[in-house]
Amino acid sequence: MGQSLSIRQLEAWYGTNQTLKGINMEIAANQVTAIIGPSGCGKSTFVRCINRMHETLPGSKVKGEIILNGESIYGQDPVSLRKTVGMVFQKPNPFPSMTIFENVVAGVKLNGMRNRQNLQTIAEKSLRMAALWDEVKDRLNYSGMSLSGGQQQRLCIARALAVEPSVLLMDEPASALDPIATMRIEELVGQLKSEYTIVIVTHNMQQAARIADTTAFFLNGELVEHGPTSEIFTNPRDKRTEDYITGRFG
Amino acid sequence: MSTDNNRLYESMGDKVLRYVTLLMAILVVILMIWIGWQMFSSSQESIQHFGWAFITSRVWDPVHHIFGALPFIYGTIVTSVVALIIAAPIGISVAIFLNEMAPSTIRKVVAFLVELLAAIPSVVYGLWGIFVLAPVLRQSVEPWLTKWFGFIPWFKGAPVGFDMFGGGIILAIMILPTITSISREVMAAVPTAHREAALALGATKWEMIRLSVLSYSKSGILGSIMLGLGRALGETMAVTMVIGNMPKISSSLFSSAYSMAAVIANEFTEATYSLYLSSCIEIGLILFGITLLLNIFARLLVWSVARGPKGGHLV
Ligand SMILES: Nc1ncnc2c1ncn2[C@@H]1O[C@H](COP(=O)(O)OP(=O)(O)OP(=O)(O)O)[C@@H](O)[C@H]1O
Ligand SMILES: [Mg+2]
Repeated sequence: MGQSLSIRQLEAWYGTNQTLKGINMEIAANQVTAIIGPSGCGKSTFVRCINRMHETLPGSKVKGEIILNGESIYGQDPVSLRKTVGMVFQKPNPFPSMTIFENVVAGVKLNGMRNRQNLQTIAEKSLRMAALWDEVKDRLNYSGMSLSGGQQQRLCIARALAVEPSVLLMDEPASALDPIATMRIEELVGQLKSEYTIVIVTHNMQQAARIADTTAFFLNGELVEHGPTSEIFTNPRDKRTEDYITGRFG
Repeated sequence: MSTDNNRLYESMGDKVLRYVTLLMAILVVILMIWIGWQMFSSSQESIQHFGWAFITSRVWDPVHHIFGALPFIYGTIVTSVVALIIAAPIGISVAIFLNEMAPSTIRKVVAFLVELLAAIPSVVYGLWGIFVLAPVLRQSVEPWLTKWFGFIPWFKGAPVGFDMFGGGIILAIMILPTITSISREVMAAVPTAHREAALALGATKWEMIRLSVLSYSKSGILGSIMLGLGRALGETMAVTMVIGNMPKISSSLFSSAYSMAAVIANEFTEATYSLYLSSCIEIGLILFGITLLLNIFARLLVWSVARGPKGGHLV
């Protein structure tokens, strides 16, 4: 099941450069939340705060509070938090020295699962969910790098799904993909939301309109507006949102 | 045919660059072959005289005109292997520590100090070996090892201090900078994206190092070890000062021995007749051959490690 997130007064820095300036936002469970906004406005930084990846960079700093299912994420061990909050990156990053199979089960193995039979079941289930199974089922012991960019991205999605997180963060997962691969990932997101809470960063506003239940518009490190997707796109409350979605800037 | 097309459009500068670099590459190859050939032809006398027995004979007796290289080959290989066994784990650990754990000020200072080790002349290492290392080995380390691990043939025997163990330790210190700095560079080159892939799955720091850093850089680390081994095989001065310079073959590391580079350096000037001289040169030829074979083997090893699973294209 998905879990809800509550972000309170979140601020983030790279060195002295403040990237997030006090974000307050509620993310409902089992919904797709799209994050949109111009390049450099802090979308990636925002999702990287949710699984505490931001603070792994040297010189970075975070302030504020994120509550996951009623519990502060800063009171938890980041290692176990990241098993609950999975992430798919903008650029596909399969482990280059591992086979397709090993890539999918890498996270499960970290959790101590060793039984070959179980691993195979998990791998097949995750690859099916990521709509990759049919393409790779005959060559699971090939390198993950032997796949196309779009397949690699679905492999990374399968890898994230295999550990069964409650929240799935996706940072522009389709930005490097062709329209067909993009469509498959969008379909996938639609199917996954019954079991996951999904936060997806996208530059593509049609994509946000197609897949997201709610959409949040970020600008210069601030959350300008967050509401039901249909409202954001047809009847935005803020002038800046309207300018952005109508393409007048950004 | 597309290459021909490309050449047609090649600019004058590119053409010059291509021929100049090609010339340099050919020059290096010629130099290698020339050195090898020179040694081969200068060692003809001993090759004719002893044949393959030169390599398998244990006797090195200039007074009776009998020469065999086995003790030197043995001493060189054993000290180099001891050096690797000590230096590889330490060097890789230091590289991991510096790259992944140390705060950046400590990283800079320690990395500088380790690289400084490479700048110390080997004769200084030799002096340190004579005045510091050998006495410590003789008085404390070796008796202790004999007491507790004496059942292993390597650690048997009366400690002398000037032995293969000391030679191996000196070499280990000398190749440590090579292994550390090259491993550190390949580890630093691991893209952040690969590290984050592991962390985002809920990997601990060590699991991240294992999954992303080490598996990504293992061929480079292997390469650094092989470079270190190459340096150990050829090192002359420091080894000759601590190894004891006795052409013996013993299973005990606590026994004096001799190395190929050391015997050449020590006896070349004393080689008063041509067979003696020719034998020294043949030892050089063997050292050259071993180094060459080792490098070919290392290349193959690095390739096979880098290839990874089917369809991959690492490195
Ligand atoms: N590793 C970093 N070091 C320093 N500054 C950074 C780093 N990453 C991002 N920034 C800065 O933080 C700000 C927000 O970056 P972020 O990556 O969150 O933007 P984004 O909204 O995801 O942009 P894009 O749509 O281009 O991916 C930018 O101004 C950027 O320059
Ligand atoms: Mg981004």
